[in-house]
This record gives sequence, C-alpha cells and structure tokens, in this order.
Amino acid sequence: MATPFWNKEIETAERSRLEQLQRERLRTTIGWALRTPFYRKKLAQVGIKAPDDIRSLEDLQRIPYTTKDDLRLSFPRGLLAVEMKEVLRVHSSSGTTGIPTVIYFARDDVDNWTDLLARSIVATGATDSDIFQNMMTYGMFTGGLGLHYGAERVGMTVIPIGGGNTKRQIQTMKDFQTTVVHITPSYLLHIHSRLGEDGIERRDLALRKAFIGAEPHSENTRRKLQDLLGIDAYNSYGLSELNGPGVAFECVCKKDMHVWEDAYIAEIIDPKTGEVLQDGAQGELVLTNLVRRATPILRYRTRDLAFLHPEGCDCGRTHRRLSRILGRTDDMLIINGVNVFPSQIEEKIMKIPEVATNYQIHVDKKGSLDRLTVKVEIYPKLFLGEVARLEALKHRIVEELRASIVITPGVELHEPGALPVFEGKAKRVVDERPKD
Amino acid sequence: MKITQISIFLENRKGRLYDVCSLLGTNHVNIRALTIAETESFGVLRIVVDKSDLAIQLLRDHHFVANFTDVVAIEVPDQPGGLASILKILADNDVNVEYMYGFVEKFSDKALLVMRFEDTEFAQQVLAKNNIRIVAEKDIEGL
Repeated sequence: MATPFWNKEIETAERSRLEQLQRERLRTTIGWALRTPFYRKKLAQVGIKAPDDIRSLEDLQRIPYTTKDDLRLSFPRGLLAVEMKEVLRVHSSSGTTGIPTVIYFARDDVDNWTDLLARSIVATGATDSDIFQNMMTYGMFTGGLGLHYGAERVGMTVIPIGGGNTKRQIQTMKDFQTTVVHITPSYLLHIHSRLGEDGIERRDLALRKAFIGAEPHSENTRRKLQDLLGIDAYNSYGLSELNGPGVAFECVCKKDMHVWEDAYIAEIIDPKTGEVLQDGAQGELVLTNLVRRATPILRYRTRDLAFLHPEGCDCGRTHRRLSRILGRTDDMLIINGVNVFPSQIEEKIMKIPEVATNYQIHVDKKGSLDRLTVKVEIYPKLFLGEVARLEALKHRIVEELRASIVITPGVELHEPGALPVFEGKAKRVVDERPKD
Repeated sequence: MKITQISIFLENRKGRLYDVCSLLGTNHVNIRALTIAETESFGVLRIVVDKSDLAIQLLRDHHFVANFTDVVAIEVPDQPGGLASILKILADNDVNVEYMYGFVEKFSDKALLVMRFEDTEFAQQVLAKNNIRIVAEKDIEGL
C-alpha cells in the first residue's frame, strides 16, 4: 500500500523529536495563554506566571483542566490572546444554555489548521487530481470551512456545496464526477438510499472516498458504507474548541486516527478522578493545542471517551492513533452531526407557560437519519378547548427549539401524567437509535 | 338558553377515547352529541351530555384535560335546504359560527344541531327573533 505524506519529516519524526517539539510549543502556548484574562488567573493559582515555569512535558500535569463551562463563562473575549485586529476569523459552537463558545483564529492559526487538514487529506491517499464535494455545513460550524481550506491547499477541485438538499447533492456528484466527499456517516447512508430516484445510479458516479465525521459511528457503519457504495471511508475527529476537523484523521491503513501530535497534546484521563491514564486505557480525551495563538486552550476536557493505541502504525507515522469515540461523559446528543444538549431543550420549553414540568426527549432513526421528538405535557388550566391554540402552541415550541438547537424537532403534546414520572433523577432522554 | 359543551384534550394514544367514554358510561352519563377535532398528533373531543355537572366532576377527578364552553343547540328543519335557511339568517345578521355538529337524537321531526358562536349572546338574540327553537339544558337531560 502506497504511503503518501504531506509533511513526511514531521509525520514520521522520532518520538523524542516530537516530544521536543511539543515541549517547545507548549511553552510558547503558555506565553500566549498568559495574555488572556482567563489563563492568567487560572495559571497563577498553580504558580505558573511565565513560560519558563514549564520545564518538561510532565509539567503539563500541573495545569488545571479547562472545561466547556470555562469557555462559556469567558465569552466573548476572556480567551482572546491577541488584538482583535489580528483576528482573521471567528468560529463558534452553540452553547448548552444559550451562551455560545467562540474560537478566534489569527492568520497563522488558519494557516496551521489548514496545513493539518491538508496533511489529513493526503494521508487518506487523496490527491490534487480528486474532485472534492464538501457536504458539511459551512458557516460558524468548523466542519465546512476547515476541510474546504485543507482541500484547496492540497489542490483538489473543491465543490463547496454545504449540507442538505439530497437531490442536488446527487446531481452534483454526477455532473462534476465527484471522487471524494466530506459528510456525516448518517447523511451518506441517506444519500445512498436515495440513489436511483432521479435516474442517477451508483454507476453514474465516480465516488471513491468519503471522509466521515462529526458524529460517532461504529466500525460496522464504516463497513456498511464501504460495501454499499464500493468506496473507502475514513474516520475524522475534531471539535470546534480545538480548531475543528483535523485533530485526528485516519490514514490509508484505516486503523483509527492519527492525532497530529506536533499540533496537539492528547491525554486520556479518568473522568471521575482526573488522573492521567496509560496508553491503551479508555477514558476521557483531553487536548491541548500547540499552534493556535489567538485562542490557546490548555488541557481541554472533550467529554469524549476513547483510548490511544500504544503501538505504531503500518503507514510509518509516529503520531499516536486515537480510537473511535466510544461514548460521552455528559448527556450530549449528536443528531445528524449536530450537537444537542438536553439542557438547551429544557431551557426553552420550560419558558412556555402552557407546558407543564414533565417532558421527554426521544431520539430514533427514520431511514438512515436521526429523528428528534420532544414530548411535552400541556398545562391543564391553559387548555381552552380550541384546536387552533394547541396547534399554535406546538408550532411555537418547534420554532423556539429550532432557534436554539439549529435542527427542527418533532413536537408531541401530551396529557398531564402521560409521560413517565421519575423519583429522583429523571430519565429525560430516550435514545432508540440502534447501536449496531 | 345556553348549554354546556365539554372539550377534552386527547393525546394520540390507543384507547384514550375509550377511556373517556367508558368513564362516563359506567357513571350513567349519556353522550347526546359529539364531535372530534383531530390533528396528526392530538385530538379534541367535544361532547354534550345529559348530566354535565357530574361529567365535569368525573373528568376532573380522573385528571383529564377538559374545558367547558357555552354552546347553543337549535332545531333545524330536517329537509334539503333546512340548514342553509338558518345559516342564511345568521350570515345576514353577521353572526359568525365557529363550528357545529349534530345531535344523536331529536325531539320532533327536526334535526338538532350544536353551534358554537363567536358571540353567543348576540347569536341567541338573532335566533330568537327569527323563531328558531333553542334547546334548553333541561331538554337535554330529558332526552
């Protein structure tokens, strides 16, 4: 199997060289972090006042973890380490309680991130001859623009179509003879199910590779996609707090994802005790970015459960491999690639007076796509016997939720007492999606 | 001479309509008129019964989401154009009908209809002025 590289020197560097790079870049990053109000305070608490206070990679463990809440509380500028004039781009993810998290990119940050994506793309064997249809959402979400820039840097022909509109996606794949797509696994399954509807069959397409990410999926799902479409599918991992896609990516070996360790320090910790675990042990992934000046983030708790492979890879890359995401330490739901926290839903529906206190969030599959249904009980005293008012209520709930969680949920109105009642901790989420 | 209509919210669940009817039936409340307004995910059952006070109590005790509204029951000639003649009178007098439905029985050879108006008082005046018989609550109890 051919082993293509974008930056062979870095990708195959000895571990000692990589660790030296990490050490140097960590100190630089500490310097950047100390320019932010948030880290100045946080690092002072553990006696870190200058980059020189970090002497080895082991010193990293002196630094307290950073959480999603920290980012929210620092909104909008508490983690900005440069002058706003230097910021080239802003990305954001929806917050769990309405406050978003924001990441700023300086020019060199975009450049570094783009390079990591170019490296990721090339590691899958894709080249500048490929025609790349980017089916991820563009905008504040990092999935679209991240791969877009990376693909352009590789020299691929980029079709920036964005998410949705299945008919048009398939037509475009045919018209331009797309060879590579970037897509969520559930949407690719959906696209497959719609082939043939407008007379466009698999044989009319030139598709050979898919970069699949933004939602956890199993090896079985990958195999299914590969078999159904006769393609190679590569797992992709990233999160907006750490740039977005390009944190870790599969190479041609397709045996889990190389974490680009010259740009990130990956740790696996026990989510309960915070203790750092050995390679091979499953726990919560913690990431530190090393090449982002405008928003440096140290020891970020991703809430994703995974492990790091202790052994090397046949491709020759020395960067350790991250397993598939095996679960979450919190209750975040991923609905067709969009992150949704039950607390976002609760916050919205509890503001509506006609809704009583009991509710349920139901997730299942319709075809290959996820379907979110919010079931609420109505407040009896506000029932006036009119259907129109109930329909208006339902519509209002849908709209309120859509504004908050970006996707359009189904809403069901129920009688009081119809939904299960819990003593103690309520089980609000019923996820009936098959775990294959 | 308004009569009481009971509206009951029914979620989309098997047997829910049966639950209401059986509760009323076992307590000897007789449904005289009914209609269901349905949507894809829920329904509203509207009924007129012979013992409305008892029905209200029963529904409350059993935690149904119910609401009570005034409606008017009138006699309509049971022949072609019978309903049209009454609707013409209402339209000529600017009386707006929100919805209507039929009774199961009748007193005479005339059909009985339940009508819900935007302005019940005014509608009753118009009906009375035009000699249309309005049915009283006690008539229904005796049906």
